[in-house]
Amino acid sequence: MKLHIRYFASLRESIGRAGEDIELPCEQISVAALREHLAAHGADALGDTDKLRAAVNQVMAGPQTAIGDGDEVAFFPPVTGG
Amino acid sequence: MSVSVQTGDFDAGRECADLLAGRDDVGAVASFIGVVRGDGDVAAMTLEHYPGMTEKALEAIVAEARSRWPALVRVRVIHRVGRLAVGDQIVFVGVAGGHRGEAFAACEFIMDYLKTRAPFWKQEETAEGVRWVEARGSDDEAAARW
Repeated sequence: MKLHIRYFASLRESIGRAGEDIELPCEQISVAALREHLAAHGADALGDTDKLRAAVNQVMAGPQTAIGDGDEVAFFPPVTGG
Repeated sequence: MSVSVQTGDFDAGRECADLLAGRDDVGAVASFIGVVRGDGDVAAMTLEHYPGMTEKALEAIVAEARSRWPALVRVRVIHRVGRLAVGDQIVFVGVAGGHRGEAFAACEFIMDYLKTRAPFWKQEETAEGVRWVEARGSDDEAAARW
């Protein structure tokens, strides 16, 4: 499946890019498993799960949220608006 | 349009007037304005966001407020992005209701939820350089009480 990955704020700066398009040899994956995969393939900053949040298709997601083909998955630090 | 994400400033007085316009069932308008505070040596800040998700998240928060306080008449949320100086307005939340109870409560609820659920990130500028603002646990506690 193909996924569009996006990074924001301090995480984008740590990883050094705003996102990436990837292809995985599976039809479904959890947010937690995708994070581990990306952390092991160049996005080292995703290894620190303590201050990491995620969204799938622009909706806040948890570690067990399922991701499928064509999804947009974003990783970012805890939000600080307002 | 109840939600706006914009670089430009807003006129809170006009926004409050718009909440009332054409309605005779409004008995209370509660509003909140967030401002860039000159903490220590902070001179300015830049707000980054997640275009697309930001608007959806704010609309979801407004929808949640409307389901919790069905008597709400109108809700307006404006959040600015980009570079803002100390003293600049950042965020406006205005809530019109039949009575003050739901107006006060919904206004505070929307701000508490926005602080923890809307994808905005602040980067502060100081004499030493720039630094990302860390999320505060007290914001999570404020959102959790609802």
